[in-house]
Amino acid sequence: MKRAALIALPYLWLLALFLVPFLIVLKISLSDTDLAIPPYTPTLDQGLRAFIDGLDFENFAFLASDDLYWKAYLSSLRIAAISTVLTLMVGYPVAYAMARAPEEWRATLMMLVILPFWTSFLIRVYAWMGILSGEGFLNQFLLWTGVIAEPLTILNTTTAVYIGIVYTYVPFMILPIYAALDRLDASLIEAAEDLGCSRLKAFWLVTVPLSKNGIIAGSFLVFIPALGEFVIPSLLGGSKTLMIGKVLWEEFFNNRDWPVASAVAVILLLILIVPIILFQRNQQRQSEADQ
Amino acid sequence: MNQTVFAPWDDPKEKPLIRFKGVTKRFGDFTAIDDLTLDIYEREFFALLGPSGCGKTTMMRMLAGFENPTEGVIELSGQNIVPVPPNKRAVNMMFQSYALFPHLTVYDNIAFGLRRGDMPKHDIADRVDEMLKLTRLEKFAARKPHQISGGQRQRVALARSLAKAPKLLLLDEPLGALDAKLRQATQFELVDIQEKTGTTFVIVTHDQEEAMTVASRVAVMDEGRIMQVATPEKIYEAPNSSYVADFIGDVNILTGTVKPAGEGLYQVHWSEGREPNIAASDKNFSEGQTCHLAVRPEKIAISADRPADADNALQGKVLDIAYLGNLSTYHVELQSGKVIKAQTANTRRVSRRSFTWEDPVWVSWTATAGVLLDR
Amino acid sequence: MTKMSWFNVTSITLGFAFLYLPMVILVIYSFNASQLVTVWAGFSTKWYAELLQNEAFLDAAWVTLQVAVMSSTIATLLGTMAAYVLVRSGRFWGRTLFSGMIYAPLVMPEVITGLSLLLLFIGIGLDRGVLTIVLAHTTFSMCYVSVVVSSRLMTFDQSLEEAALDLGCSSFDAFRLVTLPIIAPAVISGWLLAFTLSLDDLVIASFTAGPSATTLPIKIFSAVRLGVSPEINALSTIMIAIVAVGVISASLVSKRNSLRIQRDEQAAARAA
Repeated sequence: MKRAALIALPYLWLLALFLVPFLIVLKISLSDTDLAIPPYTPTLDQGLRAFIDGLDFENFAFLASDDLYWKAYLSSLRIAAISTVLTLMVGYPVAYAMARAPEEWRATLMMLVILPFWTSFLIRVYAWMGILSGEGFLNQFLLWTGVIAEPLTILNTTTAVYIGIVYTYVPFMILPIYAALDRLDASLIEAAEDLGCSRLKAFWLVTVPLSKNGIIAGSFLVFIPALGEFVIPSLLGGSKTLMIGKVLWEEFFNNRDWPVASAVAVILLLILIVPIILFQRNQQRQSEADQ
Repeated sequence: MNQTVFAPWDDPKEKPLIRFKGVTKRFGDFTAIDDLTLDIYEREFFALLGPSGCGKTTMMRMLAGFENPTEGVIELSGQNIVPVPPNKRAVNMMFQSYALFPHLTVYDNIAFGLRRGDMPKHDIADRVDEMLKLTRLEKFAARKPHQISGGQRQRVALARSLAKAPKLLLLDEPLGALDAKLRQATQFELVDIQEKTGTTFVIVTHDQEEAMTVASRVAVMDEGRIMQVATPEKIYEAPNSSYVADFIGDVNILTGTVKPAGEGLYQVHWSEGREPNIAASDKNFSEGQTCHLAVRPEKIAISADRPADADNALQGKVLDIAYLGNLSTYHVELQSGKVIKAQTANTRRVSRRSFTWEDPVWVSWTATAGVLLDR
Repeated sequence: MTKMSWFNVTSITLGFAFLYLPMVILVIYSFNASQLVTVWAGFSTKWYAELLQNEAFLDAAWVTLQVAVMSSTIATLLGTMAAYVLVRSGRFWGRTLFSGMIYAPLVMPEVITGLSLLLLFIGIGLDRGVLTIVLAHTTFSMCYVSVVVSSRLMTFDQSLEEAALDLGCSSFDAFRLVTLPIIAPAVISGWLLAFTLSLDDLVIASFTAGPSATTLPIKIFSAVRLGVSPEINALSTIMIAIVAVGVISASLVSKRNSLRIQRDEQAAARAA
């Protein structure tokens, strides 16, 4: 009896505030825009029959016909993929160096990687606005060193979005890779070198394959949230940077087109299901391997 | 003074404290305990002995109430305890990991169970002090579990499970986490405490030496069944099966067929053309029945010439010598290729021992040295 | 591993410079006297003074704090229950759905979570305000809490609970007297995580907040869209300082505790 109550409370909460809202999104994505409150039709007040008859795939057809949307999806996928690769390139050497750092330093380094997690995401993105702007610190620095003669335009471009994503998500990449490398027995590298590998060869043939799970986990941890990112493109990206999170936001708040916004959300979710399942499988394999 | 031997299991008037009646426990398709019946008497120190996976831990967990039998009844003082939840049973358990509460002091750990009832505060304090004294932990009462050594933790676990004066105390591999030297000292301490408190102890162990040292009776288990229940001496001297003989200590097992030779004596035939052995047994065997003769290495003598008066003597050569300090075990290969182990005490220095590798020797034993087994 | 190669030293230096330089610059320039954020014109704390007089920010900060305390507390309760159910309850009807609902919000884009909750609140006619933000924040942060707590429960020695039952506890008492005190650090970090998630959240709060209740991130976002401002720098510095002090002191405390335990254990082993 007590056990039932223990299960029921969080279960019902999540049903009511997580699952049911999704069903509503799904339903509204099949509705039509209406100049009413709420601004869509049909509603259940009209009776079940009329309600079901009123549902259609018009919004999805609209999404397919207007190239803004599928371009936004494609561009989100591209930006998320490229930033994942960039994050890996930045994160791997740091994780590798941390795993090779003296034992007594590692806990502190770990804490320093985790610390930004606890700092406001918004503030961390905002910090780059002052750095990347026309008269920002980066341009000042580059002009001062004489690398460039004219200030670069970085803020409000896709480049700034890449920088923003790499910056905010790099801890997600470092931590799983570090965890994998930390467990790696140093004598394996020594064995590889003993058997005639060069340093670099040992790295490619031993270290990288053994940290594969960390790399995969880190990549998904960056790719999945980057795909639906809203704050970074809206603060750092320009009007030409198309990302689906931003499109959804604008569709909802600026155009007040709820059915289309819902349809955008449904498609985004469908796109996300594939990497989420792959990620889940990778985690499961890893935890099975650990046992 | 006429001291009677403690043997309630031989007294038909004695009522058992614990009674397993046809108990079966299945986990899915796996049968952990198979139709098991067993009586344990008050004040006994009872050992459940067997390899891992034999079901001994499941039996203990059923006594504690963490598992329920699939079939059958478990009685404590004549009452079925199967429906009683663990927190309502007058049974306490000492866990293999000790399961000391890391956030509580030694004192609070011991007092934990007492505080669950409606015992007055000062009685609790008295009882905890008594327990601390019994386990020589007075100095450590204020410490947390991580601030004391492994041996002390073991004693805290014991004190905590004894504090409520349970009718029955269960000990799950209680000495498993201690090193060999400490283990031996603790075994005697455990027996001492058991005698002092008069509590019935049931101990689960895979260590036969430990079971033999502490227990009044030992149950040897295998694959969810009890193979034999008897006192340590009986288990060692008169095992009822080659499994038990082999599990407890070192043994030579010779398989052959029997032929009665009168007056409780049997001839054991190995193969055509070989001299049969003579073995005594009070069990009845029919002619031609397959049997196993189990002989302990220390009951086998080794000599250069054939001893004149031995019932059984076989010739072979020394294959290997295991030097154990006080003892040496000779591995003697017979002409048939079978290896017999014979053990002798090293009363002389090694350099002066009589036999060495490849020496031709005779191994011999008397008719009563071995046990004749039908399985 | 006594000496690190120059390559590793460079990686760490550059990596951590990349992580921390932007925030350091932000903090330094919050003390800039000039209105122009990128030109240094002397040390001043005037932006902090101005911030303290900005009623709108203070109101938003108060709302944010209320929401964070309420949502993280409820989320810790529900999340700990959910973790216990996931780790200990074995099979029950709809278990797969349940664990799916625990893990899904962790990878869900915030825009979708926000949109769906808003549509729910409108659907049932709930006025948007503090309550709706609390409901929304509780829902996603309870999942984080449950992940933190369940990973602790998985390494928890179950014989401790059995020992408590064996010594006469009811299962609720066993949880209260034994399990909870031992997993308390995980529950506390779960609460802290839920608290900061709620403090930081912009997207979900934007969907679920109404005109009556605006949170600090929403205020910051609308100010920041117009460009960099020294006042926001000052506000950011305060928030960074609070987090830094909190996280660093928490990790120092836990490090000191584990050192003490290690020392005690060594002393006990020597004494034996």
